[in-house]
Amino acid sequence: MRYWRDPLDAGQVGAPRGDVHILADRCKGCAFCVEYCPRQVLEMSREFNRKGYHPPEIVDAEACVNCGLCEMICPEFAIFSVESAGLAGDLAGVSVGANIRAGEGAS
Amino acid sequence: MTVATKSTTASQELEHPSAPLLRMERIPHVWCPSCGIGTVVKCYATALERSGVDLDKVSVVSGIGCSGRVAGYLKLDGFHTTHGRALPFATGLKLGRPELLVTVISGDGDLVGIGGNHFIHAARRNMDLLVILINNFIYGMTGGQNAPTTPQQARSSTMPFGNFETPFSLPHLAASSGASYVARWTCLHIRRLTWSIEEAIGKRGFRFIEVIAPCPTLYARLNKLGSGLDAMRFYHDTAEIRNGADTRELEISFQEKITCGKFVDEDRPTFLDLMHNHYGELLGDRYVPTPREGGMLHEQ
Repeated sequence: MRYWRDPLDAGQVGAPRGDVHILADRCKGCAFCVEYCPRQVLEMSREFNRKGYHPPEIVDAEACVNCGLCEMICPEFAIFSVESAGLAGDLAGVSVGANIRAGEGAS
Repeated sequence: MTVATKSTTASQELEHPSAPLLRMERIPHVWCPSCGIGTVVKCYATALERSGVDLDKVSVVSGIGCSGRVAGYLKLDGFHTTHGRALPFATGLKLGRPELLVTVISGDGDLVGIGGNHFIHAARRNMDLLVILINNFIYGMTGGQNAPTTPQQARSSTMPFGNFETPFSLPHLAASSGASYVARWTCLHIRRLTWSIEEAIGKRGFRFIEVIAPCPTLYARLNKLGSGLDAMRFYHDTAEIRNGADTRELEISFQEKITCGKFVDEDRPTFLDLMHNHYGELLGDRYVPTPREGGMLHEQ
């Protein structure tokens, strides 16, 4: 997400934080979650699951903002995120301003 | 079902949020890797949860084919019907139990190929059904035969030199047959698809939502289009959202722009409204309409 300027309350508004949970043995390795995660939390693993597919693995757990996109797009019901307690809205957490800066670096 | 995982997270205790709506003993499902049907099921389950409808009053009807298996995976009352006959079964269910939210989730080959006649007549009567049609442009489960939605020039196993038939434009077919709600999304538009299903759950009449889904095993392989992920990238690059667009302009050509959006949303009297009005006027007090809460069987 890019804005043409930093929002005025960028320093005060906190983004939620999420914990990603992967049910690796249910995954069929389509990589939708890895491709469309807006925060690049995931990467395809080099390991195999029980069915012989490569499931995603978490490479940047801190970056998750609990948007739930991975959960919605996963055709296998194999990934979801839950809001991590205590960190939502935390000023020390991921702020919108940090989002913009991270987004600029990543996209 | 406990799922062993080698991942770094402690997922063993946690189950997927949609698990209460799914028959988990049947998961993992049979759909191919990177098939889009699972995403549509997730969007439907989420829309049901958000709309807050009583799940005992929801039923799902499916026909035959890959997407015909949806009724078996959802933990809701459902029918798995014969090929193409999902709409007649759903019509009967709705007329017998008018208080139910009857959803038809099936594929393009089933609903507008084998069951095309039922489709136009259910739309013409404005039967109170929510129809989610998962369109993968081909008959998937039976081996990739040409479907009435296969775009021109696309190859299928029965058209190895490319399809020369003119395909259906499904939103146009539904709208001109008389559907009261018509929308089209792709598997990538997960949020809009969920909102659209949620919106349609709250409406009455023949509500039709077409979802374009990747078929990596047959459509993409026969046409050398890569994986399901490549199909998603294609939707991302070429899908255009135009709400309220003229349904005459919604044809899908091979690997060209897909216009998405909500095209028709109007309130028309449904089949049951018209029937009750007609017989009420004609017979007066002698007419006993089907009770809104439960059919005759339910009443006894």
